[in-house]
Amino acid sequence: MDLQVLTYLIAGASFALYIGIALWSKASSTNEFYIAGGGVHPVANGMATAADWMSAASFISMAGIISFMGKDGAVYLMGWTGGYVLLALLLAPYLRKFGKYTVPDFIGDRYYSKIARFVAVLCLIFVSFTYIAGQMRGVGIVFSRFLEVDINTGVIVGMVIVFIYAVLGGMKGITYTQVAQYCVLIFAYMVPAIFISILITGNPIPQLGFGSKILSEDIYLLDKLNLVLNDLGFNNYTESVRSKIDVFCITGALMAGTAGLPHVIVRFFTVPRVRDARTSAGWALLFIAILYTTAPAVSSFSRLNFINTIHNSEYQTTPQWFKNWENIGLISWSDKNNDGIIQYGPGNALENTKPIFSNKRGENGERLVINNLSKNKNEIYIDRDIMVLANPEIAALPNWVIALVAAGALAAALSTAAGLLLVISSAISHDLLKKIFRPSINDNQELFFARLSAAVAIAIAGIFGIYPPAFVAQVVAFAFGLAASSIFPVLIMGIFSKRINSAGAIIGMISGLIFTLSYIIFFKFISPELNASDYWLFGISPEGIGVIGMLVNFFFAIITSSITKPPPEEIKTLVNKIRQPS
Amino acid sequence: MKTHISYWNANLMIVIFLLSIWFLSSFGAGILFSDYLDNFQIGGFKLGFWFSQQGSIISFVFIIVLYCFLMNKLDKKYDSEED
Repeated sequence: MDLQVLTYLIAGASFALYIGIALWSKASSTNEFYIAGGGVHPVANGMATAADWMSAASFISMAGIISFMGKDGAVYLMGWTGGYVLLALLLAPYLRKFGKYTVPDFIGDRYYSKIARFVAVLCLIFVSFTYIAGQMRGVGIVFSRFLEVDINTGVIVGMVIVFIYAVLGGMKGITYTQVAQYCVLIFAYMVPAIFISILITGNPIPQLGFGSKILSEDIYLLDKLNLVLNDLGFNNYTESVRSKIDVFCITGALMAGTAGLPHVIVRFFTVPRVRDARTSAGWALLFIAILYTTAPAVSSFSRLNFINTIHNSEYQTTPQWFKNWENIGLISWSDKNNDGIIQYGPGNALENTKPIFSNKRGENGERLVINNLSKNKNEIYIDRDIMVLANPEIAALPNWVIALVAAGALAAALSTAAGLLLVISSAISHDLLKKIFRPSINDNQELFFARLSAAVAIAIAGIFGIYPPAFVAQVVAFAFGLAASSIFPVLIMGIFSKRINSAGAIIGMISGLIFTLSYIIFFKFISPELNASDYWLFGISPEGIGVIGMLVNFFFAIITSSITKPPPEEIKTLVNKIRQPS
Repeated sequence: MKTHISYWNANLMIVIFLLSIWFLSSFGAGILFSDYLDNFQIGGFKLGFWFSQQGSIISFVFIIVLYCFLMNKLDKKYDSEED
């Protein structure tokens, strides 16, 4: 069957499933809207957490990024999963015991301060919107490539679907839809990975195929990859290029950032008991690990396949997928030596990195760019985001697998977008309105405002998707850096110390935030030309600076608390209470 | 109150013990000693590379499973189980 028809069928069926689940599990109170009534089974919550957490970035971009980074790509693998250990051991059980609705709820109550709550809401909204922008771009890419509709139409369809189940269903609707979305996305990720692993190594388990020998050749896959890359002038795939301190700090920032992400933390408020919160974190990480251990295998397979298919092949006889991606502007080829043959190598093929296309075609039919060509021999620009999506096509897998990958990518993007929208809406209706500005509203009015703010947040997210701000890629570093330097430390200190008081928490959050923000803004926006290891503080890149921001936060919070009054007696009782499961 | 304190201390010991494994398997084997471990080979993997892209994640899952097990046992000992 035709790929496009198949994609419509499979993606359409998955959408129908999500909406069906949403209608069946409609929320009728604020309790159900914010935390699904607190009665979600730990395994179901584990799946929902996994879908919530694994975003378009994990599904679409991560394996592609790793395939070009090699060993250093481990910062994402370890950083994003290691954060779960922090979450499970240091936060989830205690916050579950605290037993309220939102992350700012905990910060506001534990630090007995509306200012602390307000600062927490600001951090939360900033982190969450940064994230949503990325999800909407993911939805746009998938729709424009596989359904061949306009990106804007794609974003609007995505918005309508999320609107139906997030606004109606609240946390309850989102939770059960995310369970379904996890199943769709993991199946969609594993099927092509298994296929490709069998094709290349004969081993059906990608995690093992990755360390096996190539079929009918007496050489390990990774050794072969090193060899091929060396021939082209690249570094070894299995060797690290970045400095140790930078790798260390990026991993740390991603870990602390993950543990401080509000939309993930809030999932642990939905299970019935403290022990369920612990178990559920275990299930969530297991479900995530299935994808995260497969991803680096996919990275190495796709890098090898890509080079084998493209390098030294004639443009006119390249497979159709190459031209399809070229047509939507995510691949470009510039025939530097006029031989009609594609050459791939290290360095950017074009100056200014990204291609700017003219309307003309070259003599081989390729799209021409108006960029100046760089001096190296590389003729290929490839957007790293397309590796996972193009992978099944590169390996010439059947059409239904390709359609499945499209549905999986949509599930990953939509599930994360919905989770983020929910924390934004609850922060506005619950923390800002009910707890700070208009305490007189009743439950029904609060529920109305929750739905209203979810709807507004979806509209804003959609605008981000249709007019993607040019800085989306640059601000991703913000989301983790900010969560690591603001939210994570005050949560930890709120549980593990009785001495940290409101002044300490506020000064801590603000100093961590300002330090991290100014470092990132300086290197990403004010002086991007200085963004190189020679100028970085201790050689730490803006992606990893959140770790230092976190230390700044701890430091000022402790100093300030030790010279001001200790928290009142009832706060000590509250802390004692959350430390005991019963 | 006294049992509360000893429950909390036991809890902290478990957390510290597990976080040291967490640190060793990721920051240790995956980053700091990774180059040294690359001298050893399992299958087609250099050991340091394997830890950074596979082993650390697998240990994380085991750490949380172990945590659930140890904490449930502790809850039972202190009769701190929920209904």
